[in-house]
Amino acid sequence: MHIAIIGNGISGITAARYLRKLSDHKITVISAETDHFFSRTALMYIYMGHMRFEDTKPYEDWFWTKNRIDLKRAYVSKVDTANKTLQFSEGDDLKYDKLIIACGSTPNKFGWPGQDLDKVHGMYSYQDLEAMEKHSEGLKKAVIVGGGLIGIEMAEMFHSRHIPVTFLVRENSFWNGVMPPEESQMINREILANGIDLQLETELKEIIDDGNGAAKAAVTSKGETIECGFVGLTAGVSPNIKFLADSGIEMTRGIMVNEFLETNVPDVYAIGDCANARNPLPGRRPIEAIWYTGRMMGETVAYNICGKKIAYDPGIWFNSAKFFDIEYQVYGTVSARPAENHTSLYWEHSDGNKSIRIVFDKENNQIIGFNLMGVRYRHEVCEKWLKDKVNVEDVLQNLGMANFDPEFFEEYESDVIALYNKQAGKNLSLKKRRGLNAVLSFLGRGK
Amino acid sequence: MTVLQKIGIGLFLIGICVFTAVLGLDSYKLDPSAINISNEYHQAAFMEAAKSTTLFEQEYPSSANFMTALKTTFKQAQNSLAGQTIPDGVGEWDYKLGDWKFKEYFKDDIFKNASFGTVNDNPIMWWLLSVGLAMLGGLFYIIPKFSDRPGIKSNGIFHSPMERGLTWKWRAALLGIVIPGILLYGFFYSYDWFWPVVTTAFVSLIIALVMYYQGSKDNNPQRSAGPDFTGWLGIVTGIYMVTFYVFLYWAPHYITGWATMFDPFSYALNGGPASKWFVYGMLYTIIIIVMGVRMFAKYRHNKYQLVRTGSVIFFQTAFAFLIPQIMSLLEQPLLSKDFKNIWPLDYEFFFSYNLDKLIEGGGLGIFMLVWGIVLIVIAVPVITYFYGKRWYCSWVCGCGGLAETLGDPYRQLSDKSLRAWKYERWIIHGVLTFAVVMTVMTLYTYFSGNNEVLGMNTEKVRSWYSFLIGAGFAGVVGTGFYPLMGNRVWCRFGCPLSAYLGLIQRYKSRFRITTNGGQCISCGNCSTHCEMGIDVRSYAQKGQDIVRASCVGCGVCSAVCPRGVLRLENGSGDIAERTDPIRAIHITEDQIKLLS
Repeated sequence: MHIAIIGNGISGITAARYLRKLSDHKITVISAETDHFFSRTALMYIYMGHMRFEDTKPYEDWFWTKNRIDLKRAYVSKVDTANKTLQFSEGDDLKYDKLIIACGSTPNKFGWPGQDLDKVHGMYSYQDLEAMEKHSEGLKKAVIVGGGLIGIEMAEMFHSRHIPVTFLVRENSFWNGVMPPEESQMINREILANGIDLQLETELKEIIDDGNGAAKAAVTSKGETIECGFVGLTAGVSPNIKFLADSGIEMTRGIMVNEFLETNVPDVYAIGDCANARNPLPGRRPIEAIWYTGRMMGETVAYNICGKKIAYDPGIWFNSAKFFDIEYQVYGTVSARPAENHTSLYWEHSDGNKSIRIVFDKENNQIIGFNLMGVRYRHEVCEKWLKDKVNVEDVLQNLGMANFDPEFFEEYESDVIALYNKQAGKNLSLKKRRGLNAVLSFLGRGK
Repeated sequence: MTVLQKIGIGLFLIGICVFTAVLGLDSYKLDPSAINISNEYHQAAFMEAAKSTTLFEQEYPSSANFMTALKTTFKQAQNSLAGQTIPDGVGEWDYKLGDWKFKEYFKDDIFKNASFGTVNDNPIMWWLLSVGLAMLGGLFYIIPKFSDRPGIKSNGIFHSPMERGLTWKWRAALLGIVIPGILLYGFFYSYDWFWPVVTTAFVSLIIALVMYYQGSKDNNPQRSAGPDFTGWLGIVTGIYMVTFYVFLYWAPHYITGWATMFDPFSYALNGGPASKWFVYGMLYTIIIIVMGVRMFAKYRHNKYQLVRTGSVIFFQTAFAFLIPQIMSLLEQPLLSKDFKNIWPLDYEFFFSYNLDKLIEGGGLGIFMLVWGIVLIVIAVPVITYFYGKRWYCSWVCGCGGLAETLGDPYRQLSDKSLRAWKYERWIIHGVLTFAVVMTVMTLYTYFSGNNEVLGMNTEKVRSWYSFLIGAGFAGVVGTGFYPLMGNRVWCRFGCPLSAYLGLIQRYKSRFRITTNGGQCISCGNCSTHCEMGIDVRSYAQKGQDIVRASCVGCGVCSAVCPRGVLRLENGSGDIAERTDPIRAIHITEDQIKLLS
């Protein structure tokens, strides 16, 4: 059986790896972007000079031959599902028996005048990185539009090369659609402390042409015209599915898939950023364009293709990011607009750069989520508490187990408990401090 | 870059130039009283030859001229003895003057004592103008970094001509010059073809094993060692450092100007004149301190790095440098030793001269002997069991200390390919084997008095080890190659103690680097900044804890991880299953059975 995979990102590659682990099928991975899989999340570090492109490749180049995963550098212009054939822009084609579409996203453009000019780019693909690199030479000013994770990464990238940035954010506080207000404000402070010109409640009106088809300035909704040599469009991403228009594959915003990641067309699957769940799991969005879910879908689809049917279940939500120098981790449900019965214990360090938020149900005290800024917590410990719906007071007394900061770092768990005691009028104390042994026995591993 | 930093670079460059120039400033004039050859025939012949070459009358403007004159005189003495009949009862080479005697009779102190001029007259001034200015320049460059916001400071390292490394072709070319160069020199150095040939055979064998038997030749294209463009400043620095070590070990006659400059410090600290090892030790300490300050600036958001850097500075300054000096001053030669140096890194520990010195040294000597053995058989296994090899390699060791301070700007240049790992295992364990065999042979000779084992002269094995591993590998390649192959070349490929610690860490230790569940985004910062060339990401993205013999526990993978995935930990639990690769796998076999 020949399995073709469109896209060599984390989803497609994870699928290919698991297909190889589970079977002997012929596998072809097709990408128009790069010859080999690289970590998309690391693109920013290439620009910043922390790594070279080679360093972002998780597998050495010989890995693919050795594992008999064929790589094809080509752009799929059409999918002929009736004849199970892929047509490439170069004119050649490829037959498949099963097809996995893992073609990822493309940056959103909302019809701004000038959005297709030169020196206007998103930050998603390797080509976007090349464009940024090209236009950075002698760049005096960049304007970034859109207050999400990619926008702040782009700001950090330019900042690393001492290029002044104006950052236009529609909301009145950065990422406050996702982050509770305190954390959102912490990020605002971090952005400003790095010398970024953060303009909240400001949108892009238009991009002005310099007369040669390139951007020369951006006009904001507040009427300001900002001279700039680069405009970054980072107002989110959407599935990159235009090429599937006449394929007969059912699509809305993304490619519609059931719980087994199957599309409406037999033998065609979709995973990763481009997949749109018909029936999202409770509390989950139909499209989740993040690294971790892409990886899990890749694994799941491989099992399904190899005859071991299993529904996609990403488990307890988790995610992470980094806002300049502040690391962020989340486990479970932490919402900018919490449900009625949710309440949270929020502790913030006096330096204003670290915080721990513990969300729980105020009726039954069950733990609901953790939001960490500048403090690292253990995934497996938090996950087990969340899965077992443990009482928040049990969590607090054992909170040291969750701490994953390096040795000698200060531990703040006692401060968190003190805050809880003060707010709830209790007298709890910390029973476990940071350390591996307690964790291993809690997780039921080891001797 | 701030103005202060620019001034700093300027001062540093002036300092380095003066430091190099100091070697050419003084002239040389030899006093006849400096020649005290114990062999009467040789002494007489040399003094006679010196008359005809007017060796003692002339002033030589440079060490090279002086060396030529000395060699001409030596040659003449050699010829005159060769032309005469050997008196009865005198051994041939007790009478004739062999080539190899030159090295023995004319050590670098002859040069130092013969020198005169401005460096001899104003040693402190020249020290300040060279080492002092370089130090000051370094600090001027480093201090403004404290005003940056705390956090990861890797911006632009791969844009820097100093830090971006070099292509594998450049690397191959430099290794291809230096390694055969050392072996070839070894042939002249030891006046023997046997060990250079054996070494060449072993090197070829390892290359064949890795490339053909282990199939690395098919693993092409390998992950390139450097970017397409090459960091010229790094290459210049590497060549300077390689040259420095070549002179330090094998041509010290030409660098006595430095020792002259360091004399006042040596007299103050140990009461005697400065040897080349005093110069090296003091420079080494100064570099670790200045570059340690850089570490404090760079990692001030990370307390593990701060404490660790403090530790390497302390152990270098106190244990490796000051205590031995002070013990010399107090006339305690037995205690004038680096207490933290452990066999087999301290490969001379079991040499007969050392054992004799310790055994004849009474109570203190026996204490030092027992101390040395306790370090080997108790401290290493026990402490490594609890904390991993990091307790030594990145907290205590001098080589590690230099790698973690001076070498930090180059940590990203270590090769992470599977092929490099295969080379690493053969080479480092080969050196450990060599060290053990050499030591066993030495001890056999010490106890039996027989200096032949299987037809091999144990003295020659010892001196070949000192030459090849002690000087060539640890110094010239191990440190000189920092800007070319990363800062742990010696620790990763060569150090026998690192190999010994690593075996314990790999098979019997509580230490591991824990991976934080599924949080890895495969970005590669951990692998890139791993100085030991461990592909940390390959474990982290599987959710697998990392137990690797080579890991020195520097903690930088954890520091540079943007997602909080890695933590250095010691734990008694799950020793046997520390590295189970199953944790981040999302679907377990049980789930499959339930559903299908």
